[in-house]
Amino acid sequence: MRLPLKSLMALSGLVAAMAGAQEIYQEKSLYRNILVSDDQGMRCMRFGRHNAGRQSCVSLQNPDFMLLDYTKMLLAALYLKPDPTKVLIIGLGGGTMPSALQKIIPAAKIDSVELDPSVVKVAGRFFGFVPGKESAVFIEDGRVFVKRAQKQGKKYDLIILDAFDHVYIPEHLLTTEYLREVRSLLNHDGVLAANTFSSSKLYDSESATYASAFGSYYNLKMNNRVILARNDRLPSMAEITANAGRLDEKLNHFGASKAWLLPLFSTGVQWPATTRILTDQYSPANLLNSEDKPLWRRSFW
Amino acid sequence: MTAYKLLVYLIAGWSGFFVMALELLGGRALSPYFGSGIYVWGAIIALFMLSLSVGYLIGGWLSAGSPSVQKLSTILLLAVVAALPCVLASQAILEFIFDRVPDPRYGALCASVALFFLPTTVSGAVSPYAVRLLVDDRGTSGQVAGKVFFASTLGSTLGTLLTSFYLVLLFELDQILIGMMVISLAVGVAGLLFQRVRHHDAAAA
Repeated sequence: MRLPLKSLMALSGLVAAMAGAQEIYQEKSLYRNILVSDDQGMRCMRFGRHNAGRQSCVSLQNPDFMLLDYTKMLLAALYLKPDPTKVLIIGLGGGTMPSALQKIIPAAKIDSVELDPSVVKVAGRFFGFVPGKESAVFIEDGRVFVKRAQKQGKKYDLIILDAFDHVYIPEHLLTTEYLREVRSLLNHDGVLAANTFSSSKLYDSESATYASAFGSYYNLKMNNRVILARNDRLPSMAEITANAGRLDEKLNHFGASKAWLLPLFSTGVQWPATTRILTDQYSPANLLNSEDKPLWRRSFW
Repeated sequence: MTAYKLLVYLIAGWSGFFVMALELLGGRALSPYFGSGIYVWGAIIALFMLSLSVGYLIGGWLSAGSPSVQKLSTILLLAVVAALPCVLASQAILEFIFDRVPDPRYGALCASVALFFLPTTVSGAVSPYAVRLLVDDRGTSGQVAGKVFFASTLGSTLGTLLTSFYLVLLFELDQILIGMMVISLAVGVAGLLFQRVRHHDAAAA
Protein backbone atom coordinates (compact mmCIF):
# COMPACT_ATOMS: atom_id res chain seq x y z
CA MET A 1 0.00 0.00 0.00
CA ARG A 2 3.05 2.18 -0.02
CA LEU A 3 2.82 3.53 -3.52
CA PRO A 4 -0.82 4.66 -3.55
CA LEU A 5 -0.36 6.37 -0.20
CA LYS A 6 2.74 8.14 -1.43
CA SER A 7 1.11 9.33 -4.61
CA LEU A 8 -1.91 10.48 -2.60
CA MET A 9 0.39 12.49 -0.38
CA ALA A 10 2.17 13.92 -3.38
CA LEU A 11 -1.18 14.80 -4.92
CA SER A 12 -2.43 16.47 -1.77
CA GLY A 13 0.84 18.37 -1.57
CA LEU A 14 0.32 19.56 -5.10
CA VAL A 15 -3.29 20.53 -4.45
CA ALA A 16 -2.28 22.42 -1.32
CA ALA A 17 0.48 24.12 -3.25
CA MET A 18 -1.93 25.16 -5.96
CA ALA A 19 -4.71 26.21 -3.59
CA GLY A 20 -2.94 28.09 -0.81
CA ALA A 21 0.70 28.55 -1.56
CA GLN A 22 1.83 31.45 -3.63
CA GLU A 23 5.08 31.06 -5.46
CA ILE A 24 7.08 34.22 -5.18
CA TYR A 25 10.40 33.18 -6.66
CA GLN A 26 11.92 30.41 -8.70
CA GLU A 27 15.43 29.99 -10.01
CA LYS A 28 17.34 27.24 -11.74
CA SER A 29 20.69 27.63 -10.08
CA LEU A 30 23.88 25.80 -10.98
CA TYR A 31 22.94 23.00 -8.60
CA ARG A 32 19.19 22.85 -8.31
CA ASN A 33 15.81 24.41 -8.77
CA ILE A 34 15.20 26.87 -5.91
CA LEU A 35 11.59 27.62 -5.02
CA VAL A 36 10.33 30.24 -2.60
CA SER A 37 6.65 30.32 -1.73
CA ASP A 38 4.36 31.96 0.81
CA ASP A 39 1.66 29.92 2.48
CA GLN A 40 -0.41 30.63 5.61
CA GLY A 41 1.87 33.32 6.92
CA MET A 42 4.94 31.23 6.26
CA ARG A 43 7.70 31.69 3.68
CA CYS A 44 9.56 28.53 2.70
CA MET A 45 12.51 27.59 0.52
CA ARG A 46 12.39 24.28 -1.30
CA PHE A 47 14.78 22.54 -3.66
CA GLY A 48 13.47 20.71 -6.67
CA ARG A 49 9.67 20.56 -6.68
CA HIS A 50 6.78 22.20 -4.88
CA ASN A 51 6.03 19.13 -2.79
CA ALA A 52 9.68 18.62 -1.88
CA GLY A 53 10.78 18.89 1.76
CA ARG A 54 11.16 22.38 3.19
CA GLN A 55 14.78 23.47 3.45
CA SER A 56 14.00 26.63 5.39
CA CYS A 57 10.88 28.42 6.58
CA VAL A 58 10.36 31.77 8.19
CA SER A 59 7.27 33.28 9.78
CA LEU A 60 6.19 36.42 7.95
CA GLN A 61 4.73 37.94 11.15
CA ASN A 62 7.67 37.15 13.44
CA PRO A 63 10.83 36.32 11.45
CA ASP A 64 12.71 35.33 14.64
CA PHE A 65 10.24 32.61 15.53
CA MET A 66 11.52 29.25 14.32
CA LEU A 67 8.93 27.17 12.50
CA LEU A 68 10.78 23.96 11.74
CA ASP A 69 11.48 21.52 14.56
CA TYR A 70 15.01 20.74 13.42
CA THR A 71 16.14 24.35 13.77
CA LYS A 72 14.98 24.41 17.38
CA MET A 73 16.72 21.08 17.96
CA LEU A 74 19.94 22.53 16.53
CA LEU A 75 19.64 25.44 18.98
CA ALA A 76 19.79 22.84 21.76
CA ALA A 77 23.53 22.69 20.98
CA LEU A 78 23.73 25.75 23.24
CA TYR A 79 22.73 23.51 26.18
CA LEU A 80 26.09 21.75 25.72
CA LYS A 81 28.01 25.03 25.48
CA PRO A 82 25.99 28.16 26.21
CA ASP A 83 28.35 30.84 24.90
CA PRO A 84 30.06 29.85 21.64
CA THR A 85 31.91 32.82 20.16
CA LYS A 86 33.33 31.11 17.07
CA VAL A 87 30.68 29.31 15.06
CA LEU A 88 30.85 27.39 11.78
CA ILE A 89 27.68 26.54 9.86
CA ILE A 90 27.90 24.25 6.82
CA GLY A 91 24.80 24.71 4.66
CA LEU A 92 23.07 28.08 4.77
CA GLY A 93 19.50 27.53 3.52
CA GLY A 94 17.49 30.62 4.38
CA GLY A 95 20.05 31.62 7.00
CA THR A 96 17.77 30.70 9.92
CA MET A 97 20.58 29.37 12.11
CA PRO A 98 23.16 32.16 11.62
CA SER A 99 20.44 34.82 11.99
CA ALA A 100 19.17 33.34 15.27
CA LEU A 101 22.63 32.65 16.71
CA GLN A 102 23.79 36.16 15.88
CA LYS A 103 20.86 37.56 17.86
CA ILE A 104 21.33 35.18 20.78
CA ILE A 105 25.10 35.79 20.93
CA PRO A 106 25.75 39.22 19.38
CA ALA A 107 29.53 38.89 19.78
CA ALA A 108 29.66 35.58 17.90
CA LYS A 109 31.82 35.34 14.79
CA ILE A 110 29.87 33.10 12.49
CA ASP A 111 31.33 31.53 9.37
CA SER A 112 28.60 30.18 7.09
CA VAL A 113 29.56 27.95 4.18
CA GLU A 114 27.21 27.49 1.24
CA LEU A 115 28.01 25.86 -2.09
CA ASP A 116 25.31 27.52 -4.14
CA PRO A 117 25.68 31.30 -4.63
CA SER A 118 22.00 31.49 -5.58
CA VAL A 119 20.99 30.17 -2.15
CA VAL A 120 23.01 32.96 -0.52
CA LYS A 121 21.27 35.50 -2.75
CA VAL A 122 17.80 34.06 -2.01
CA ALA A 123 18.53 33.99 1.75
CA GLY A 124 19.36 37.68 1.63
CA ARG A 125 16.53 38.73 -0.64
CA PHE A 126 13.61 36.68 0.69
CA PHE A 127 14.63 35.53 4.19
CA GLY A 128 16.20 38.69 5.53
CA PHE A 129 19.58 37.08 6.09
CA VAL A 130 22.34 39.62 6.68
CA PRO A 131 25.64 38.34 8.06
CA GLY A 132 26.75 40.10 11.26
CA LYS A 133 29.67 42.51 11.34
CA GLU A 134 32.22 39.88 12.35
CA SER A 135 30.55 37.10 10.38
CA ALA A 136 31.11 35.90 6.86
CA VAL A 137 29.60 33.71 4.17
CA PHE A 138 31.91 31.49 2.13
CA ILE A 139 30.65 30.23 -1.21
CA GLU A 140 32.44 26.91 -1.23
CA ASP A 141 31.98 23.18 -0.89
CA GLY A 142 31.70 22.31 2.82
CA ARG A 143 34.31 19.58 2.66
CA VAL A 144 36.80 21.81 0.86
CA PHE A 145 36.24 24.56 3.44
CA VAL A 146 36.76 22.15 6.34
CA LYS A 147 39.96 20.70 4.88
CA ARG A 148 41.31 24.17 4.21
CA ALA A 149 40.33 25.41 7.69
CA GLN A 150 42.11 22.40 9.17
CA LYS A 151 45.34 23.39 7.39
CA GLN A 152 44.92 26.99 8.55
CA GLY A 153 44.45 25.88 12.15
CA LYS A 154 40.99 27.46 12.49
CA LYS A 155 39.06 26.48 15.61
CA TYR A 156 35.39 26.76 16.48
CA ASP A 157 33.26 26.49 19.62
CA LEU A 158 30.22 25.27 17.71
CA ILE A 159 29.93 23.58 14.33
CA ILE A 160 26.52 23.00 12.75
CA LEU A 161 26.25 20.52 9.88
CA ASP A 162 23.17 21.31 7.83
CA ALA A 163 24.16 20.79 4.20
CA PHE A 164 21.43 19.25 2.07
CA ASP A 165 20.79 18.98 -1.62
CA HIS A 166 17.37 18.19 -3.09
CA VAL A 167 17.72 14.51 -2.12
CA TYR A 168 19.77 14.33 1.03
CA ILE A 169 23.17 15.17 2.48
CA PRO A 170 25.88 14.97 -0.21
CA GLU A 171 27.82 11.73 0.08
CA HIS A 172 31.23 13.23 0.76
CA LEU A 173 29.72 15.06 3.76
CA LEU A 174 28.61 11.85 5.45
CA THR A 175 31.85 9.92 5.87
CA THR A 176 33.83 9.21 9.02
CA GLU A 177 36.87 10.98 7.53
CA TYR A 178 34.81 14.16 7.05
CA LEU A 179 33.44 13.98 10.59
CA ARG A 180 36.96 13.54 11.96
CA GLU A 181 38.09 16.59 10.01
CA VAL A 182 35.14 18.51 11.45
CA ARG A 183 36.02 17.35 14.95
CA SER A 184 39.61 18.54 14.50
CA LEU A 185 38.22 22.08 14.01
CA LEU A 186 36.52 22.04 17.42
CA ASN A 187 38.03 23.73 20.43
CA HIS A 188 38.60 21.59 23.51
CA ASP A 189 34.99 21.88 24.65
CA GLY A 190 33.58 22.65 21.20
CA VAL A 191 30.19 21.26 20.21
CA LEU A 192 28.93 19.55 17.08
CA ALA A 193 25.29 19.74 15.99
CA ALA A 194 24.27 17.77 12.91
CA ASN A 195 20.90 17.69 11.18
CA THR A 196 19.91 14.37 9.55
CA PHE A 197 16.66 12.57 8.69
CA SER A 198 14.90 10.15 11.02
CA SER A 199 13.20 8.13 8.32
CA SER A 200 16.35 7.76 6.27
CA LYS A 201 17.45 4.24 5.28
CA LEU A 202 20.86 5.50 6.26
CA TYR A 203 19.82 6.00 9.88
CA ASP A 204 21.87 3.12 11.29
CA SER A 205 24.88 3.83 9.08
CA GLU A 206 24.83 7.46 10.16
CA SER A 207 24.47 6.51 13.83
CA ALA A 208 27.50 4.24 13.58
CA THR A 209 29.53 6.71 11.53
CA TYR A 210 28.94 9.58 13.99
CA ALA A 211 29.87 7.27 16.88
CA SER A 212 33.07 6.30 15.06
CA ALA A 213 34.12 9.94 14.85
CA PHE A 214 32.69 11.45 18.05
CA GLY A 215 32.11 8.61 20.49
CA SER A 216 28.90 9.03 22.46
CA TYR A 217 26.37 11.72 21.59
CA TYR A 218 22.88 12.95 22.34
CA ASN A 219 20.27 11.94 19.80
CA LEU A 220 17.22 14.20 19.39
CA LYS A 221 14.60 12.61 17.23
CA MET A 222 11.48 14.03 15.64
CA ASN A 223 10.89 14.08 11.88
CA ASN A 224 14.51 15.03 11.74
CA ARG A 225 17.24 13.62 13.92
CA VAL A 226 19.75 16.03 15.42
CA ILE A 227 23.03 14.70 16.78
CA LEU A 228 24.75 16.69 19.52
CA ALA A 229 28.28 15.87 20.61
CA ARG A 230 31.07 17.63 22.45
CA ASN A 231 34.78 17.30 21.74
CA ASP A 232 36.05 16.64 25.29
CA ARG A 233 33.23 14.64 26.88
CA LEU A 234 29.48 14.38 26.78
CA PRO A 235 28.03 16.67 29.49
CA SER A 236 25.60 15.09 31.92
CA MET A 237 21.87 15.72 31.77
CA ALA A 238 22.25 17.70 35.01
CA GLU A 239 24.62 20.16 33.32
CA ILE A 240 22.41 20.32 30.26
CA THR A 241 19.30 20.96 32.34
CA ALA A 242 21.08 23.72 34.25
CA ASN A 243 22.23 25.41 31.01
CA ALA A 244 18.76 24.99 29.53
CA GLY A 245 17.28 26.80 32.50
CA ARG A 246 19.64 29.75 32.11
CA LEU A 247 19.01 30.00 28.36
CA ASP A 248 15.27 29.43 28.38
CA GLU A 249 14.11 33.03 28.34
CA LYS A 250 16.42 33.90 25.44
CA LEU A 251 15.52 30.84 23.41
CA ASN A 252 11.77 31.18 23.98
CA HIS A 253 11.87 34.23 21.74
CA PHE A 254 12.93 31.92 18.90
CA GLY A 255 10.27 29.32 19.63
CA ALA A 256 12.57 26.89 21.43
CA SER A 257 11.87 25.89 25.02
CA LYS A 258 13.54 23.56 27.48
CA ALA A 259 10.16 21.97 28.19
CA TRP A 260 10.01 20.79 24.58
CA LEU A 261 13.70 20.15 23.97
CA LEU A 262 14.92 18.41 27.14
CA PRO A 263 12.66 15.32 26.85
CA LEU A 264 14.09 14.75 23.35
CA PHE A 265 17.63 14.20 24.66
CA SER A 266 18.59 10.54 24.46
CA THR A 267 21.80 8.55 24.45
CA GLY A 268 20.12 5.27 23.70
CA VAL A 269 20.80 5.06 19.97
CA GLN A 270 21.50 1.55 18.81
CA TRP A 271 22.33 -0.03 15.51
CA PRO A 272 22.88 -3.62 14.33
CA ALA A 273 26.42 -4.91 14.81
CA THR A 274 26.70 -5.51 11.07
CA THR A 275 26.13 -1.82 10.22
CA ARG A 276 28.76 -0.60 7.79
CA ILE A 277 30.40 2.73 8.60
CA LEU A 278 30.40 5.27 5.78
CA THR A 279 33.92 6.15 4.62
CA ASP A 280 35.51 8.02 1.73
CA GLN A 281 36.16 4.58 0.26
CA TYR A 282 32.60 3.42 0.83
CA SER A 283 29.78 5.93 0.85
CA PRO A 284 27.02 4.97 -1.56
CA ALA A 285 24.81 7.04 0.70
CA ASN A 286 22.27 8.26 -1.79
CA LEU A 287 21.89 4.83 -3.33
CA LEU A 288 21.32 3.28 0.08
CA ASN A 289 18.93 6.03 1.01
CA SER A 290 16.67 5.49 -1.97
CA GLU A 291 16.18 1.79 -1.39
CA ASP A 292 13.76 -0.09 0.83
CA LYS A 293 16.26 -2.75 1.65
CA PRO A 294 20.00 -2.83 1.07
CA LEU A 295 20.73 -3.29 -2.60
CA TRP A 296 23.35 -5.95 -2.01
CA ARG A 297 20.74 -8.20 -0.47
CA ARG A 298 18.50 -7.91 -3.51
CA SER A 299 19.03 -9.75 -6.72
CA PHE A 300 20.41 -7.53 -9.41
CA TRP A 301 17.60 -8.24 -11.89
CA MET B 1 34.61 -15.00 -35.80
CA THR B 2 37.97 -16.47 -34.92
CA ALA B 3 39.25 -16.64 -31.36
CA TYR B 4 41.92 -14.17 -32.40
CA LYS B 5 39.39 -11.53 -33.45
CA LEU B 6 37.25 -12.20 -30.41
CA LEU B 7 40.24 -11.58 -28.19
CA VAL B 8 41.02 -8.26 -29.89
CA TYR B 9 37.39 -7.12 -29.50
CA LEU B 10 37.46 -8.28 -25.88
CA ILE B 11 40.56 -6.21 -25.21
CA ALA B 12 38.95 -3.15 -26.82
CA GLY B 13 35.72 -3.69 -24.84
CA TRP B 14 37.49 -4.25 -21.53
CA SER B 15 39.66 -1.18 -22.05
CA GLY B 16 36.47 0.86 -22.56
CA PHE B 17 35.04 -0.59 -19.33
CA PHE B 18 38.24 0.25 -17.46
CA VAL B 19 38.34 3.88 -18.63
CA MET B 20 34.78 4.75 -17.63
CA ALA B 21 34.94 2.93 -14.31
CA LEU B 22 38.17 4.79 -13.58
CA GLU B 23 36.46 8.07 -14.46
CA LEU B 24 33.57 7.44 -12.05
CA LEU B 25 35.86 6.30 -9.26
CA GLY B 26 37.98 9.37 -9.97
CA GLY B 27 35.05 11.63 -9.18
CA ARG B 28 34.68 9.87 -5.86
CA ALA B 29 38.38 10.05 -5.07
CA LEU B 30 38.51 13.79 -5.73
CA SER B 31 35.36 14.81 -3.81
CA PRO B 32 36.93 14.82 -0.31
CA TYR B 33 39.47 17.35 -1.56
CA PHE B 34 37.67 19.40 -4.18
CA GLY B 35 33.97 18.76 -3.55
CA SER B 36 31.49 17.07 -5.83
CA GLY B 37 30.23 20.12 -7.69
CA ILE B 38 29.76 20.41 -11.43
CA TYR B 39 33.29 21.79 -11.82
CA VAL B 40 34.86 18.63 -10.41
CA TRP B 41 33.05 16.53 -13.01
CA GLY B 42 33.93 19.13 -15.63
CA ALA B 43 37.62 18.79 -14.78
CA ILE B 44 37.52 15.01 -14.80
CA ILE B 45 35.56 14.66 -18.04
CA ALA B 46 37.73 17.26 -19.81
CA LEU B 47 40.88 15.44 -18.75
CA PHE B 48 39.56 12.04 -19.82
CA MET B 49 38.56 13.42 -23.23
CA LEU B 50 41.97 15.02 -23.67
CA SER B 51 43.79 11.85 -22.60
CA LEU B 52 41.73 9.67 -24.90
CA SER B 53 42.34 11.98 -27.85
CA VAL B 54 46.09 11.84 -27.24
CA GLY B 55 45.86 8.07 -26.75
CA TYR B 56 44.07 7.63 -30.11
CA LEU B 57 46.91 9.44 -31.85
CA ILE B 58 49.55 7.35 -30.13
CA GLY B 59 47.68 4.10 -30.78
CA GLY B 60 47.35 4.90 -34.47
CA TRP B 61 50.99 5.81 -34.67
CA LEU B 62 52.10 2.63 -32.86
CA SER B 63 49.99 0.43 -35.12
CA ALA B 64 51.96 1.51 -38.18
CA GLY B 65 54.93 -0.70 -37.28
CA SER B 66 54.53 -4.46 -37.15
CA PRO B 67 51.38 -4.81 -35.08
CA SER B 68 50.57 -7.90 -33.05
CA VAL B 69 48.03 -8.90 -30.45
CA GLN B 70 51.00 -9.33 -28.15
CA LYS B 71 51.86 -5.65 -28.41
CA LEU B 72 48.19 -4.75 -27.96
CA SER B 73 48.17 -6.80 -24.76
CA THR B 74 51.29 -4.98 -23.65
CA ILE B 75 49.42 -1.66 -24.02
CA LEU B 76 46.67 -3.04 -21.76
CA LEU B 77 49.29 -4.12 -19.21
CA LEU B 78 50.97 -0.72 -19.40
CA ALA B 79 47.64 0.89 -18.52
CA VAL B 80 47.62 -1.19 -15.33
CA VAL B 81 51.09 0.05 -14.44
CA ALA B 82 50.06 3.64 -15.23
CA ALA B 83 47.05 3.26 -12.90
CA LEU B 84 49.17 2.06 -9.97
CA PRO B 85 49.56 5.57 -8.45
CA CYS B 86 45.74 5.77 -8.18
CA VAL B 87 45.87 2.85 -5.75
CA LEU B 88 49.22 3.37 -4.08
CA ALA B 89 49.64 7.13 -3.78
CA SER B 90 46.35 8.91 -4.48
CA GLN B 91 46.08 10.37 -0.94
CA ALA B 92 49.61 11.81 -1.07
CA ILE B 93 49.11 13.21 -4.57
CA LEU B 94 45.73 14.76 -3.73
CA GLU B 95 47.08 16.23 -0.50
CA PHE B 96 50.07 17.69 -2.38
CA ILE B 97 47.84 19.40 -4.94
CA PHE B 98 45.29 20.55 -2.32
CA ASP B 99 48.11 22.34 -0.48
CA ARG B 100 49.33 24.16 -3.57
CA VAL B 101 46.22 24.97 -5.60
CA PRO B 102 43.69 27.10 -3.69
CA ASP B 103 40.97 27.16 -6.38
CA PRO B 104 39.11 23.81 -6.24
CA ARG B 105 38.38 23.95 -9.98
CA TYR B 106 42.04 24.01 -10.93
CA GLY B 107 42.85 21.70 -8.04
CA ALA B 108 40.45 19.14 -9.47
CA LEU B 109 41.96 19.60 -12.93
CA CYS B 110 45.55 19.21 -11.67
CA ALA B 111 44.57 16.15 -9.64
CA SER B 112 42.88 14.63 -12.69
CA VAL B 113 46.01 15.18 -14.74
CA ALA B 114 48.27 13.72 -12.07
CA LEU B 115 46.18 10.62 -11.43
CA PHE B 116 44.39 9.84 -14.68
CA PHE B 117 46.31 11.29 -17.64
CA LEU B 118 48.69 8.34 -18.06
CA PRO B 119 46.32 5.40 -17.58
CA THR B 120 43.63 6.99 -19.77
CA THR B 121 46.06 7.97 -22.52
CA VAL B 122 47.52 4.46 -22.62
CA SER B 123 44.01 2.97 -22.63
CA GLY B 124 43.05 5.29 -25.49
CA ALA B 125 45.77 3.74 -27.65
CA VAL B 126 43.96 0.39 -27.57
CA SER B 127 41.10 1.10 -30.00
CA PRO B 128 42.99 2.38 -33.05
CA TYR B 129 45.56 -0.35 -32.54
CA ALA B 130 42.79 -2.94 -32.43
CA VAL B 131 41.36 -1.57 -35.69
CA ARG B 132 44.71 -2.10 -37.38
CA LEU B 133 44.89 -5.71 -36.15
CA LEU B 134 41.41 -6.54 -37.41
CA VAL B 135 41.42 -4.84 -40.80
CA ASP B 136 42.45 -7.25 -43.51
CA ASP B 137 41.40 -5.25 -46.52
CA ARG B 138 40.60 -1.66 -47.25
CA GLY B 139 37.01 -2.36 -48.31
CA THR B 140 35.92 -3.49 -44.83
CA SER B 141 38.08 -1.08 -42.82
CA GLY B 142 35.15 1.21 -41.99
CA GLN B 143 33.06 -1.76 -40.93
CA VAL B 144 35.84 -3.01 -38.68
CA ALA B 145 36.37 0.44 -37.17
CA GLY B 146 32.63 0.59 -36.47
CA LYS B 147 32.73 -2.77 -34.69
CA VAL B 148 35.75 -1.76 -32.59
CA PHE B 149 34.09 1.50 -31.56
CA PHE B 150 30.97 -0.54 -30.78
CA ALA B 151 32.87 -2.99 -28.56
CA SER B 152 34.84 -0.27 -26.82
CA THR B 153 31.87 2.02 -26.20
CA LEU B 154 29.63 -0.85 -25.11
CA GLY B 155 32.39 -1.73 -22.63
CA SER B 156 32.34 1.87 -21.43
CA THR B 157 28.57 1.69 -20.99
CA LEU B 158 28.87 -1.42 -18.84
CA GLY B 159 31.74 0.09 -16.88
CA THR B 160 29.68 3.18 -16.13
CA LEU B 161 26.51 1.34 -15.16
CA LEU B 162 28.01 -1.50 -13.15
CA THR B 163 30.30 0.84 -11.22
CA SER B 164 27.76 3.50 -10.37
CA PHE B 165 24.78 1.21 -9.75
CA TYR B 166 26.29 -1.80 -8.04
CA LEU B 167 30.04 -1.92 -7.47
CA VAL B 168 30.11 1.14 -5.18
CA LEU B 169 27.43 -0.52 -3.02
CA LEU B 170 29.46 -3.65 -2.60
CA PHE B 171 33.09 -2.60 -2.48
CA GLU B 172 35.44 0.15 -1.44
CA LEU B 173 36.85 2.36 -4.20
CA ASP B 174 40.33 0.82 -3.99
CA GLN B 175 38.89 -2.68 -4.04
CA ILE B 176 37.04 -1.92 -7.28
CA LEU B 177 40.16 -0.40 -8.81
CA ILE B 178 42.38 -3.32 -7.79
CA GLY B 179 39.77 -5.77 -9.06
CA MET B 180 39.76 -4.06 -12.44
CA MET B 181 43.55 -4.04 -12.58
CA VAL B 182 43.59 -7.78 -11.87
CA ILE B 183 41.14 -8.36 -14.74
CA SER B 184 43.28 -6.18 -17.04
CA LEU B 185 46.29 -8.23 -15.98
CA ALA B 186 44.47 -11.48 -16.73
CA VAL B 187 43.24 -10.28 -20.14
CA GLY B 188 46.68 -8.87 -20.99
CA VAL B 189 48.51 -12.05 -20.02
CA ALA B 190 45.95 -14.11 -21.96
CA GLY B 191 46.77 -11.93 -24.98
CA LEU B 192 50.49 -12.53 -24.56
CA LEU B 193 50.01 -16.29 -24.24
CA PHE B 194 47.57 -16.42 -27.13
CA GLN B 195 50.29 -15.18 -29.42
CA ARG B 196 52.53 -18.05 -28.37
CA VAL B 197 49.80 -20.66 -28.94
CA ARG B 198 49.32 -19.30 -32.45
CA HIS B 199 53.04 -19.64 -33.12
CA HIS B 200 52.96 -23.25 -31.89
CA ASP B 201 50.05 -24.00 -34.20
CA ALA B 202 51.86 -22.41 -37.08
CA ALA B 203 54.97 -24.49 -36.31
CA ALA B 204 52.94 -27.72 -36.07
CA ALA B 205 51.22 -27.04 -39.37
